[in-house]
Amino acid sequence: MRRPIAAFLAGLLFGVGLIVAQMTNPSKVIGFLDVTGNWDPSLAFVMVGAIGVYGLAYWLSRARHARPFLADGFELPRRRQIDRSLVLGALIFGAGWGLSGFCPGPALTSAGFGEPRVWVFVAAMLAGMLIYRLRGGAARAAATSE
Amino acid sequence: MTIVNFTPFSALLGGALIGLAAAQMWWLLGRIAGVSNILGQVFGSGEGESSWRLAFIAGLVLAGLGAKLLVPDAVHFSLPGGYGQLIVAGLLVGFGTQLGGGCTSGHGVCGMSRLSPRSIVATLVFMAAGALAVLGLRVAGAL
Repeated sequence: MRRPIAAFLAGLLFGVGLIVAQMTNPSKVIGFLDVTGNWDPSLAFVMVGAIGVYGLAYWLSRARHARPFLADGFELPRRRQIDRSLVLGALIFGAGWGLSGFCPGPALTSAGFGEPRVWVFVAAMLAGMLIYRLRGGAARAAATSE
Repeated sequence: MTIVNFTPFSALLGGALIGLAAAQMWWLLGRIAGVSNILGQVFGSGEGESSWRLAFIAGLVLAGLGAKLLVPDAVHFSLPGGYGQLIVAGLLVGFGTQLGGGCTSGHGVCGMSRLSPRSIVATLVFMAAGALAVLGLRVAGAL
């Protein structure tokens, strides 16, 4: 029971961070990607803040040869190659991100705001994931997940 | 190019909270806080492996619901796309994140922090693709 509780609290904190950072505001995200128009550089600072804190936590765990408190070991993706699926997948994801202003985490948190268009986006996103699974990608996804 | 709506302090603070949540997942569960993979593997990953994923997602959604109910003035939200555009975008985000093995959190935050070459490439590619898509919207007169 301790693992789901820890994950729930992490999800809650993650969502609060997304709201404070305005990652859950699609117009703001589109503004960040609008580099040739009216550019809003704020979300670069979200990356700086997140990587600063998480990077410290990650490299500390490496330096100390630590073990996670509620698991036997750390799990990292096994794939190393920069291949066609990585680049193609990032291209497809990026196109959808720019078109909507939503990436997966912020879409889930925004679903709690009560706007039906967000639920439709989330349903389409789940359908996209399912389509990937149905074409036999499950084994590959397990091997490549970040 | 003009710079507008710049909010560096709330962005930095929100980012730090996101990093803290990811650090919590790492130090407690030993897992990467990559939302697209947690979501994509909720089902069919065995009993003990499904529950923490579902709990993480429940936390994400409840953060949105709680903020909207408790501090509505702190929730900034404006979604320009219509239903058709959002359905296409959702399909692309769902499929693309699974094919590419991650999204803004998994590649962009966690992978970049580890200096993973795969994640650095993925992040550069999805940011460029996102900028191109927004440029497309601008050219089409949708912005």
